[in-house]
Amino acid sequence: MIKVQKLSKHFGKVKAVDEISFEVKEHENLILLGTSGCGKTTTLKMINRLIEPSAGNILIDGKNIFEQSPEILRRGIGYVLQNNGLFPHYTVAENIAVVPQLLKWDKKRTEKRVAELLEKLHLTKDYLSVYPNELSGGQQQRVGLARALVADPAVLLMDEPFGALDNVTRSKIHAEFKALDELKRKTIIMVTHDVQEAFELGDHICLMDQGKIIQDGTPAELLFKPKNDFVKEFLKEQRLLLEFKTSTVKSLWHLLSNEEIKGLGPGILVNYKDDLWTVLERSTFFNAERLNMMNLENKEMKTVSFESLMSAFYQYQKGDSHE
Amino acid sequence: MNEQQQTLWEFMQQQSDKLLTQTLQHIGLTFVSLFIAVLIGLPLGIFITRKKQFSGPVLGVAGVLQTVPSIALLGFMIPLLGIGAKPAIVALLLYALLPIIRNTFTGITGVDAAVKEAAVAMGMSKWQVLFKVELPLAMPVIFAGIRTATVITVGVATLASYIAAGGLGEFIFGGISLNNTNMILAGAIPAALLAIIFDFLLSRLQKLNIKKLRTVTTDLPLLLLLLSSLYFIPSAYGTKLKAGFTPEFMGRQDGNLGLISKYGLKIQTLVINDAVMYKAAYEKQLDVISGYSTDGRLKAYDLVVLDDDKKIFPPYYAAPIVRENSLKKFALLEKILNLLAGKINDSTMTALNYKTDYLHQSPERVAKEFLVANKLWKPARNGNDGIVRIGSKIFGEQYILASIYSMLIKGYSNYDTSTKTGLGGTKICFDALTNDQIDFYPEYTGTGLLAILQPSPKIIDSLTHSKDETYNYVQKEFETKYSIKWLKPIGFNNAYALMMRKKQAKDLKIKTISNLKRFLESK
Repeated sequence: MIKVQKLSKHFGKVKAVDEISFEVKEHENLILLGTSGCGKTTTLKMINRLIEPSAGNILIDGKNIFEQSPEILRRGIGYVLQNNGLFPHYTVAENIAVVPQLLKWDKKRTEKRVAELLEKLHLTKDYLSVYPNELSGGQQQRVGLARALVADPAVLLMDEPFGALDNVTRSKIHAEFKALDELKRKTIIMVTHDVQEAFELGDHICLMDQGKIIQDGTPAELLFKPKNDFVKEFLKEQRLLLEFKTSTVKSLWHLLSNEEIKGLGPGILVNYKDDLWTVLERSTFFNAERLNMMNLENKEMKTVSFESLMSAFYQYQKGDSHE
Repeated sequence: MNEQQQTLWEFMQQQSDKLLTQTLQHIGLTFVSLFIAVLIGLPLGIFITRKKQFSGPVLGVAGVLQTVPSIALLGFMIPLLGIGAKPAIVALLLYALLPIIRNTFTGITGVDAAVKEAAVAMGMSKWQVLFKVELPLAMPVIFAGIRTATVITVGVATLASYIAAGGLGEFIFGGISLNNTNMILAGAIPAALLAIIFDFLLSRLQKLNIKKLRTVTTDLPLLLLLLSSLYFIPSAYGTKLKAGFTPEFMGRQDGNLGLISKYGLKIQTLVINDAVMYKAAYEKQLDVISGYSTDGRLKAYDLVVLDDDKKIFPPYYAAPIVRENSLKKFALLEKILNLLAGKINDSTMTALNYKTDYLHQSPERVAKEFLVANKLWKPARNGNDGIVRIGSKIFGEQYILASIYSMLIKGYSNYDTSTKTGLGGTKICFDALTNDQIDFYPEYTGTGLLAILQPSPKIIDSLTHSKDETYNYVQKEFETKYSIKWLKPIGFNNAYALMMRKKQAKDLKIKTISNLKRFLESK
């Protein structure tokens, strides 16, 4: 869907982005992860030509983006900014309708689409005629997202979209983000410096440093098969949490065996596809002694204790990292 | 106080035609200039946000223009654009430019970078970003600039009357020269009100919410155009020759009023400042001007005085007028000042004036040369028996006289002197004297009679034909009314005079004011 080939951007002698290449498949979420100054935002902005590269090529759907007029290109790419960038002199409705207006949609179509998006983003119609400064940070970010999605672009670029939100609001929006059907049809490139966010939302992560991609892979690959010490170091602080979140019951299935548990404590039904973090949260909440799980492929049932699940995880972790 | 207001009100009613014309001219002048300034300043301001390397030079030049004294700027305009509306508008718009350019620049660069980036990223073209995002968001700041420019322009537009562009300055400067408080107020109050009203109206516009601003942005140019057109409503009638008179001359019985009543002279008249009038005549912008018979520029610009065959211009013999208290305080002063009595005749004074006005020699040098040539010069004694304060009005002849007196006092006594030159018109100078700000200044008998004493027309008629009667009358009246003493006349008569270019006067065979009238009435 999106192919980036040997892309570079030099500001004077500084190589902000240095010959990077990556690919994003259709409907995939790619996260550009790294500390500030690593070149991730510059890379993102070259994809909608807010910044013109010094060298390299970008193809979207096989078409070279440098052969199109930048305005036309941008109208087909959704863009969400960290500080939302809403127009303070436009109402919420007008803000969302910016791109349809540029594309000269008729009024009815625009209104219908705006109303539809507002509903999906859990904003009531009362907000239509409100100005951005009257909204909370989370609401502003939702409007910013609606503005980017309104013309149903195939590609969505997001520059630290949740960076300005407090933790509570952020995790709420993360959940909404994952649940939003509109986004499942999009190819998304998102920039963040937040490791947790990257692991939570990304199908695929490019970890960048000093203008280069250090490792490009799935969250599990980054965790369990780090390419070098930089990757290990980068993930170190949140390693356990991330590992819990990236390992699913499914991935440990072969290490688990059915057991007889004599205790009379409560049992819970564990989803085969759940990650360990979710299982941990639920079993602590219910104070569960038995975890009942079923392999959805061959309908095999297993009941295990929490301790066995943990030892299976350690085994998995060891095996994977020594592979 | 009540009486004062009453008479001001009466004056304004009496002069309501003129007042209306001047006010409309003033509004028109302000908004023509403002309109053009916006037309130039706004695009220029936008341009320098796009090409930042030009922002320094452009703002710098606009800033320098702002610091040029307004009267000097008007003076520069005359060789380029002549006199009248054109140079006044150009000068005013140059003043209005800086706040408009600067606020446009500041306003647009101040728009949140994230908002601009969002606009570009949504797929807006450069122009769409400018008109949909940058300008609407910068509008309050730009408005503030236009507001500042408006107030500046209303103020500076009073000076437009210096170069015959009309406006409320005609009353203000006429009133200052004529010692007529009502006239000053009749010009100054409306001018101040205009500034306050426009400022208020624009502040209301500025506070409208951004949404309504969109309609305002389109209506404002129309409004500006409408107000600008006011300037062209009161158009003057044309005659074969064009006259330019100072505001002082315009309002005086022994000036334009006398020309109309005694000679029946009808000529298209512009009101213009003394400083630029002679030049305008020389440059053929004007044909007839009101000047002073001893003015050096008469010689410099090759002008000729028309004979006042009906004797409407009273004698203007110059003499120092001194506070009586000062004469007591400085015992030697009267004797020293009288050293100059009868020493300078008309042609001598014209020659001295020519040296300063045209050859640009300093008044001090001209004064010293004159004293040396007349064997009156003595080196300064640098004494410290007190300081004599000398005043002078704001033209060359008075500067020379003040210098001469200063040298005489320092040479013949142990007094020191301080000179307060350039005290505007008669009113300012005379007020300074009565309020004990200066000890003496050179005054003219005619001015003392007509501008300061202002007796009834009958008395004036009976006096003005005779030099001595006029002198005796002002001497007596000043002494009783103000305790101010007229010393002996210096000798020359710096009377009002009508002047024309020598060549034109010769070609048209005009020698007297009656000739001029006949020429104007012939078809």
